[in-house]
Amino acid sequence: MNNNIVVILCALFYLGLLFGVAYYAEYRLKKGRSIINNGYVYALSLAVYCTAWTYYGSVGQASTIGIQFLAVYIGPTIMAALFWPVLRKMIRICKTQRINSIADLISIRYGKNFSLAVVVTILCMVGIIPYIALQLKAISESMNILIGATEIGTGLTNILGDNTFYIAAVLAFFIILFGTRSIDAAEKHEGLVAAIAFESIVKLVAFIAVGIFVTYGLFDGFGDIFSKAANNETLNKLFQFTKNTDYTSWTGLVLLSMLAVVFLPRQFQVSVVENVKESHLKKAIWVFPLYLLLITFFVLPIAFGGYLLLGKTGINADTYVLVLPLQNGAKWLSLFTFIGGFSAATSMIIVETIAISTMMSNNIATPLLLVAKNFKTKGDGQLTNSILNIRRFSILLIIALAFLYDKLVAQHFSLVSIGMVSFAAVAQFAPAVIGGIYWKDASQKGAMAGICIGFFIWFYTAVIPSMASTGFVDISIINNGPWGISWLKPPSLFGMQGMDSITHCFFWSMFFNILLFILVSLYSKRSAQEIYQAEIFVDIFRYSVATEKNVLWKGTAYLPDLNSLLANFLGNERAEKLLITYAQRNKISLENKRADPRLVNFAEKVLGGVIGSASARIMVSSVTKEEELKIDEVLNILRESQQMMELNKELRKKSSELEKATKQLTAVNEQLTEMDKTKDEFLYTVTHELRTPVTSIRAMAEIVHDNTDMEEDQKLQFLAGIIKETERLSHLITQVLNLEKYESGKQLLNRTSVQLNSLIKDAVQSIKPLADAKGITTAIKIPDSMFLVQCDPDLIMQVLNNLLSNAVKFAPEKGLVAVSVHNNLDGLQIWVEDNGKGIETGLQELIFDKFFQAKNQTLRKPEGSGLGLAICKKIIDLHGGDIWVVSKLNHGSKFIFTLPAI
Amino acid sequence: MDQNLFLPYPQFKKRYWMEAIKKVLVVDDDPYILMSLEFLMKKNGYDVMIARNGTEALELIEKQIPALLLLDIMMPDVDGYEICRQVKSSEKLKAIKVVFLSAKTKEADIQKGYDLGAALYVKKPFSTKELVKQINDLLK
Repeated sequence: MNNNIVVILCALFYLGLLFGVAYYAEYRLKKGRSIINNGYVYALSLAVYCTAWTYYGSVGQASTIGIQFLAVYIGPTIMAALFWPVLRKMIRICKTQRINSIADLISIRYGKNFSLAVVVTILCMVGIIPYIALQLKAISESMNILIGATEIGTGLTNILGDNTFYIAAVLAFFIILFGTRSIDAAEKHEGLVAAIAFESIVKLVAFIAVGIFVTYGLFDGFGDIFSKAANNETLNKLFQFTKNTDYTSWTGLVLLSMLAVVFLPRQFQVSVVENVKESHLKKAIWVFPLYLLLITFFVLPIAFGGYLLLGKTGINADTYVLVLPLQNGAKWLSLFTFIGGFSAATSMIIVETIAISTMMSNNIATPLLLVAKNFKTKGDGQLTNSILNIRRFSILLIIALAFLYDKLVAQHFSLVSIGMVSFAAVAQFAPAVIGGIYWKDASQKGAMAGICIGFFIWFYTAVIPSMASTGFVDISIINNGPWGISWLKPPSLFGMQGMDSITHCFFWSMFFNILLFILVSLYSKRSAQEIYQAEIFVDIFRYSVATEKNVLWKGTAYLPDLNSLLANFLGNERAEKLLITYAQRNKISLENKRADPRLVNFAEKVLGGVIGSASARIMVSSVTKEEELKIDEVLNILRESQQMMELNKELRKKSSELEKATKQLTAVNEQLTEMDKTKDEFLYTVTHELRTPVTSIRAMAEIVHDNTDMEEDQKLQFLAGIIKETERLSHLITQVLNLEKYESGKQLLNRTSVQLNSLIKDAVQSIKPLADAKGITTAIKIPDSMFLVQCDPDLIMQVLNNLLSNAVKFAPEKGLVAVSVHNNLDGLQIWVEDNGKGIETGLQELIFDKFFQAKNQTLRKPEGSGLGLAICKKIIDLHGGDIWVVSKLNHGSKFIFTLPAI
Repeated sequence: MDQNLFLPYPQFKKRYWMEAIKKVLVVDDDPYILMSLEFLMKKNGYDVMIARNGTEALELIEKQIPALLLLDIMMPDVDGYEICRQVKSSEKLKAIKVVFLSAKTKEADIQKGYDLGAALYVKKPFSTKELVKQINDLLK
């Protein structure tokens, strides 16, 4: 079978598969169930970073410089950690500002500056097209290896017989089909992203397949390969880390790749422009490094294995991946591997072309066209096709240029070295972008200066030497410096030597880039537009909601003009709908013929998404009459929106304070209501208690009054009762008043030194009549020593009287009441005992309450308690002591109170 | 008293019932109120039993069923409500008329008394004439 046909068919079949995947993705999108709205797909699309360089070039590198090949994968891994803070900010900015390329990002940030956009676009073209060309070269070379062709055609002698030509043509067709479907560049290239993710999977699987084949098929595992490698003289050297140069190169390469993984146009395209959801970044942070790890896992084994088996033959190490399976009987595997490499190369070509063609058409072609033709607005969708065609033309141009470069120039360079040069080129954008999104004072002039000088030095130190080695440039410049000035020698600028050329280029270009960027920014004036854009970009998370409301546009514009302008590119229906929806959402009246500035802003933004911000500006200004904004006006607008946010914050704070105050008020209210209730309860209780003696007095008085024929002694009994109860009543009233005094704290203790002995003796004396009436014996047991206490004698007397009268009341006939004093650690204990019926345990605390326990309102306290004990408790409390009862039913009671020591 | 138990039932009932018409049990823990109420009931021709607390009252009820119960509510051991509850839930005793006599004058307390089946709720302090009249009416 003709190998050629098989290979071609395979490649075309694979491309067809890509078409299929892309179509399917777009079909799913129409159904509303997007398949790319998925963090894993997003992370896989980032793997477009791995091109034919990874596939072929890294194996080649590994066999010559060993582990250092990993440097360009370590960089992105480190950068992944910064995805969430940095990339997310960029995504937010680009979504809200409808930015869809690096050129747009830089130009809009620095005041919608057109020249910056052009410079960036040119730099991208110069830096990346060679890289695209190298991918094409890789495809053709790998194809030739499979076919067995020994000659690689150079020059344009046999285009139609050249496989690469057909591949390039099909690729261009694919890109045009899926990359220019509709006019609004803000729409997602759903099919494209799906295809790229698919390709990432294919290339990973294919590479791992070869890896396993080599490691376990041709050798006996990792151990085997590495031990054999260690024994090989050439390979042995690669295991060691040599001196300083290596560290510098490592650092340089890592830094370079860190920047490249963000600023390469294809990376910017997939990671920022094609991002559908910010949260996908979170998956990417670990999935992407994991992918890099997996795909580089087998590089060393393949490199070593290849060298061990094929090193003597002098075959280019880049090709080990294909040759090893091919020469060891695994033809199908080699075909699969070829597809993997093909996949890697094509994904790079597709995405880079889209990215660069967008920049080209937006920033160079369209403006030129518009200005040159002096466009008058024509009507419904008239310009849509023109714009699309410009895009398609750009794509063709890029592919064509890459093809030419491949045929005429690329043979002289290695895949890796061109790749590095591209990395260094896009690294020049880093200061302007990173500075732009974090430093408000970064100015357009600074960015321009930095990028230009970086570009120049990059060209001088990286491109010129390689051109010299191929004869395009006079070699004497390299050897002696321009005009013989030796310290301007391109490979060792300012005398710096000892670095590899890429690190050297990177170092000097970045040095001057950053230096000029900062210096010029600090000393240059900024326009109103710049200041505004700086504010929005740096504080995007604060403003992303508010930007709609802040409009930086002053001038006259008419609604019909605006409408027809948009209609030119979007079609009548769509343009109208967009304007109406926007006006409704922001409550702008469309009655007036004069367009609200916000509408103008919006129109410019929408248009910018279609034809690039620069062209959009041109178009909008062609139908409006703009007035120049002064810096104060800008600052005012910004200040206003800041004030709004401050106000908002204040409002929220105040309302939470109000809430707190309300809560406090409610609590206090509840407290007061409680206290009110308690007061009411107390009043009710007291009046209730007073009713009892009043009842008996009334009843008895009525009886005596109504029954004049009552017997004399019975009459006397009743009258005595009236007197008794009257006394009781007044006693009760006094008690209540006293208790109130103690409770409210009005009672002041009149502390003096009191002789306890005499106090007790007096109290017992006063109770004697009552005791004698019942035949009760009284006893006083006080040790002879004098007891001086600090207390209020009247109050303590009250306590003693109360306790003694209770004791006498409860003691049986001929019973015993005794008072004793005991010394204690804390003070004195005074005991009042009786041998009455005792108090059950449940009531022993209850009796010190007023009248009755709050819980059970119908259980009255044991007879005779009244308020007396409550008052005693209060008095003892005031003295800082304690009072309680020890008692058992039918075994008498012992009331104890303590007075603290002096 | 025991003789009545040997009479044939109708006569027994008549005698007992006639006797019961005039029996009144007065329960209050205040001695003076008890004294006054005892005098009043006796003066008006009723056979008076007195009890100083709930337990005593329940014991007396077991021995002789009164026609009317004059109940204080606030008492140290068993309160008046509980006594009423027990009486009204007993087949034997639920015919007894219960009159509450209490210093608890809240609307809720009065309502509770009537809910438990009291025939009358009198607030303290009371008028002796009023009370006697009301009791006479109840026992007619």
